[in-house]
Amino acid sequence: MAKVLMKGNEALGAAAIAAGCKYFFGYPITPQNEVPEYMSKELPKVGGVFIQAESEVAAINMVYGAAGAGARVMTSSSSPGVALKQEGISYCAGAELPCVIVNIMRGGPGLGGIQPSQTDYFQATRGGGNGDYRLLVLAPANVQELVDLVMLGFDKADEYRNPVMILGDGMIGQMMEPVEFKDNNNQELPEKTWATVGTKGERKPNVVNSLYLDAEDLENHNTRLQEKYAKMKANETRVESYNIEDADVVITAYGTTSRIAKTAIAKLEKEGYKVGLIRPITLWPYPYDEFSKIKDDCKGVLTVEMNTGQMLEDVKLALNGRVPAYFYGRTGGMVPTPEEIVEKVKEIYGGDR
Amino acid sequence: MAVAVERKVVFEKTKGLTDVETHYCPGCTHGIIHRLVAEVMEELGVLDKAVGVAPVGCAVLAYKYFNCDMQQAAHGRAPAVATGVKRVHPDNFVFTYQGDGDLASIGTAEIVHAAHRGEKISTIFVNNAIYGMTGGQMAPTTLIGQKATTAPYGRDEATTGKPLKMSEMLATIDGAKFVERVSVDSPANIRKAKRAIKKCFQVQLDGLGFGIVEVLSTCPTNWGLAPTEATKWLQDNMIPYYPLGNFKSPEEVK
Amino acid sequence: MSTARGKVTFKEDICKGCGLCNAACPVGILGLNPDSINIKGYHPAYVVEPDKCTGCTNCAVTCPDLVITVERR
Repeated sequence: MAKVLMKGNEALGAAAIAAGCKYFFGYPITPQNEVPEYMSKELPKVGGVFIQAESEVAAINMVYGAAGAGARVMTSSSSPGVALKQEGISYCAGAELPCVIVNIMRGGPGLGGIQPSQTDYFQATRGGGNGDYRLLVLAPANVQELVDLVMLGFDKADEYRNPVMILGDGMIGQMMEPVEFKDNNNQELPEKTWATVGTKGERKPNVVNSLYLDAEDLENHNTRLQEKYAKMKANETRVESYNIEDADVVITAYGTTSRIAKTAIAKLEKEGYKVGLIRPITLWPYPYDEFSKIKDDCKGVLTVEMNTGQMLEDVKLALNGRVPAYFYGRTGGMVPTPEEIVEKVKEIYGGDR
Repeated sequence: MAVAVERKVVFEKTKGLTDVETHYCPGCTHGIIHRLVAEVMEELGVLDKAVGVAPVGCAVLAYKYFNCDMQQAAHGRAPAVATGVKRVHPDNFVFTYQGDGDLASIGTAEIVHAAHRGEKISTIFVNNAIYGMTGGQMAPTTLIGQKATTAPYGRDEATTGKPLKMSEMLATIDGAKFVERVSVDSPANIRKAKRAIKKCFQVQLDGLGFGIVEVLSTCPTNWGLAPTEATKWLQDNMIPYYPLGNFKSPEEVK
Repeated sequence: MSTARGKVTFKEDICKGCGLCNAACPVGILGLNPDSINIKGYHPAYVVEPDKCTGCTNCAVTCPDLVITVERR
């Protein structure tokens, strides 16, 4: 299929439809408005349904209902809106409902701003809502990857019966790049025999539920969820690495920040610095093991984020004190420049190249 | 000499309910309302295509009692969940079953906008003027002067306003095609309630829009009354404030 | 054997002894059995004067717990 030039937010809508998503429930919020706008235009053409819900809370609960009824369904929002969705996300996780939730992040806290940020890393990877649950969190770095991960996300949601989050930032939503919709490599997915579609008089009623009043039942349910999460950790961790075995300094960054880091690395290499890159594609499960490839005498691992140091905590867990951890971040919608990153790497080198 | 007497069964348990015994307190009228909903579904022949949505509140376990597919929703969100189900399967029969804390407090946005969109779903709204499951706290529907664990001196209009009349409010919304308030305080009213529920469900089956039946209900435990006294309290206090009757009905089901 | 028009049967074990059926009975023939305690710990509803049952179903219609089956001639 030929490449087409598309804006990130629209490409993600197109990818969802290509993946068989026919239901979208959302609420307007900048900077992701092109997603519901695109879906409202395109879904009727494929016999799907778009609803602009009364709130993000309602939208995620519509997702719950539709997912429970066996459909491929998506919602999208931006940071404060995703905060509102946390109740429903927790319920989806508890009731094991497959769905895709998009967060095109903006600065916070509170109403914050509308410029790009990565300040919802904790919210996405630590649960966000109540209870011991995990989302598969995918962090695309370009529009093509956004398309690929949205399509993958629907399959993984169905495979694990678990919500999947696409964690992007305002930049990826707004940038235009050529994309290709690759043949969706549909894996064999189990039939949704648990969905509430009416018994048709052929079986006992299905129940979609996250309530377990009996303590032992709830513990068993949680044990089963944890087993599922362990399987996701084993099979779904995704990471891109560059030159990490040999690097004197390793930069780690995800999403669009990783692209800035790559530019910085290219500049540094021209000046003779040996700098590697770890780019987590899944933020949960986190690619902790990748950091063990870094040599012991590496001068440091520099985490670059558009926040004040959230993924940094996972990096420290991964390094476990073996190599020094450094951080460079901008926030509020300020974007780190390659030059700033270059300076920071040189600082870590201590002038001793 | 013994005379053989031939009798027919004229009342037995509906197939619309499972055999699970309910957790409701003695005399709680949720059980009656469950039965009415289940009987109507059986009579309309929709049990095998029904998807119910249970609320948070006393009826949270409704998914164990209705003999059809069920989803359990977050507090107040049942109409949104039902919207999701119905939009995916427009041919299914979809209903929510919600209490007054769920529908009239935390879920006002969801119920108003389900009606506003004219969602083709049916809502059973059980109004017993109190939070039952959590232990008798004040609800938006609690009557002036009525005591609750969070209104220990009785509900005070000056600080908490007057009880919310959901049916009257919802009847102003164009997408709400059927709105009726009934009560289950007497056999006659219970039979009327069933007729209203049947009409309400028919409105959905005919694709006409949103329908709701508000059912005045007792909560003997949290009202601190014996079940029969609770019935009398409902008659003496609730019905005068929450008048029974149909607020809106399309020609098709009149 | 009663030759009354109606006959009511109670599933005693699931009765919660609320007494709503007693109050709903137009001929006043129901009671809560003072000599019996069911598995739930309640005095279950029962028919004191079966001969007078009209089979009107009011008791069953009012029962929140589906305890009662009604037959009628």
